[in-house]
Amino acid sequence: MRVVLGEDLTLLRDGLIRLLTAYDMEVVEAVDNGPELLRALVTHRPDVAVVDVRLPPTFTDEGLNAAIEARSQVPGLPVLVLSQHVEPLYARELLSGGIGGLGYLLKDRVSDVRRFIEAVRIVAGGGTAMDPEVISLLMARRARDEPLRRLTPREREVLALMAEGRTNAGIATRLVVTEKAVSKHINNIFNKLDLYPGGDDNRRVLAVLAYLNA
Amino acid sequence: MSDGASGVRRLARLTLRTCARGLAIAVLSVVPGIPLFFVSLVSLPLLAVGVGVVPVPMSLLGVRRRASQQRRFALEWSGVSIATPYRPRPDEVSNGLIGRLQRCKWLLTDPATWRDLLWTLVNAPVGIALGALPAFGVVAGAVGLLSGVWLHPGHLGELPLFLGLLLVGVLAGPLVLKTYAQFSALLLAPTREEMAASLDRLNESRSQVVDASAAELRRIERDLHDGAQARLVSLGMSIGLAEQVVRDNPDLALKLLAEARASSGQALSDLRHLIRGIHPPVLAERGLDGAVRALAVSLPLPVELRIELEGRPPAPVESAAYFAIAEVLANVVKHSAARSAWVQLAYEPGRLVAIVGDDGTGGAIPRAGGGLRGIERRVAAFDGLIAVTSPVGGPTVVTMELPCALSLART
Repeated sequence: MRVVLGEDLTLLRDGLIRLLTAYDMEVVEAVDNGPELLRALVTHRPDVAVVDVRLPPTFTDEGLNAAIEARSQVPGLPVLVLSQHVEPLYARELLSGGIGGLGYLLKDRVSDVRRFIEAVRIVAGGGTAMDPEVISLLMARRARDEPLRRLTPREREVLALMAEGRTNAGIATRLVVTEKAVSKHINNIFNKLDLYPGGDDNRRVLAVLAYLNA
Repeated sequence: MSDGASGVRRLARLTLRTCARGLAIAVLSVVPGIPLFFVSLVSLPLLAVGVGVVPVPMSLLGVRRRASQQRRFALEWSGVSIATPYRPRPDEVSNGLIGRLQRCKWLLTDPATWRDLLWTLVNAPVGIALGALPAFGVVAGAVGLLSGVWLHPGHLGELPLFLGLLLVGVLAGPLVLKTYAQFSALLLAPTREEMAASLDRLNESRSQVVDASAAELRRIERDLHDGAQARLVSLGMSIGLAEQVVRDNPDLALKLLAEARASSGQALSDLRHLIRGIHPPVLAERGLDGAVRALAVSLPLPVELRIELEGRPPAPVESAAYFAIAEVLANVVKHSAARSAWVQLAYEPGRLVAIVGDDGTGGAIPRAGGGLRGIERRVAAFDGLIAVTSPVGGPTVVTMELPCALSLART
């Protein structure tokens, strides 16, 4: 798997390279600023990009902008965005720029190596990996809305896990229930939210995210 | 020749202006000066029977406006600067009867109110006399000269008198207005005690700000000490222990390492909250405009935004405005039962103006220790202003103004 890395702090950049390489991924280029990142993303067209939001030269949201711009030039380019903090606004901007192959995680999550690598693979495969904190912020925003209030606490839990990008099997393991129970919850959720429950895991995740982000 | 002609024209224009200003002073000294004085005089005894609470503040504030107008004229017309002597308006003025009583007390206990009133009385004869003098000199002098020259060419004896009058009108006019301004300053300027009191107030508000930021630093120090720092110590301990036992007891080592990882996650989360409180990252990344947008997106009610900023205010002002808006919106979510809110953010020459409103139940009052009072302190540190209108039943509108300059927009 070919990876482009955008991270300006040497310590973290080297750490990420070591981590990704240990899991048989090839870092084709690692850059430390926004303009270089955009160029690297568009020329290499990697299987997945791992990008820090804040990069030189402005140390603001260079990385985020480069990721959004690259995805507009190369539709569907899988990008996993990392940050020290998460903003629902940034999630909204990332999501509005195209569907699938998208991740937005707190940098903290890197310390859970196995789950981080799983997130990289999910994004590379066209799936979604949203930080639980992003999802809880998005849910809090809609907390007063009638449809969400109709959900049971368990259904809200399932909804949040689904929005993070987890599969039915993943949700079942997490909640220690059967997959059958999970799909029953999911059916209820889709009925209550008036969403079309079609297709595979990924399509459902996107429907849920689109709902939360509306 | 043309130099001379244009000089005469200029002198005529200046003279005309001085005469007009003098006449304005004379007229204003009578109306509204005299009615204001008598209405105040008559309504004051009415306070004893309670009816006075309505007319007294109205007439005294009218006197105050008239006096402030004269302070402005003195500066603009004669370069005589007269500082404003009034005590600051008290906090928590409500709209009902209590508010009126508070306003009466505030006006009546301020010595400047009584000096204003005395000035209004004395000003009537002085204003008429000094104000009318330049115009009188010019008109009487010119009429006398012309009639002397044309109608009675024989009697030239009175000409020096008329010439003198004209000269007084033309040349001494500005001096007369300046004398009048200085006369006004005698009663309208703050006394030495009032100057000292206003300096005390300034010092007090400054030391409040200094105290608040010192307390803030202490809080940050304590949070770091008890939070991230402590967690990093435990992280190091867990890793050190794991290192010791990894050969003999790999299971325990694994457990310790998992603990270390959890510790690092907690430390990061602590730091994130702390940083958000000091300077929200989104403010650094997007400026005030973007940060307010991010704020609006994260709230559980629709917030309509009207943001017109051509550039960026200085960082401290940006931060103060952001926290103020965030606090007001947090109050909206917590207390107002509003269904929607709006934020208007614009730059007017010399100041940043932020207005936050909602369609909630109103009744917001700045209380000691409350959020609104905290915003007042933050805003006051920049010589800014905050005004809250929140009648019971709503809606609430909070207006904040922060003096600042705008730097050019980032491209």
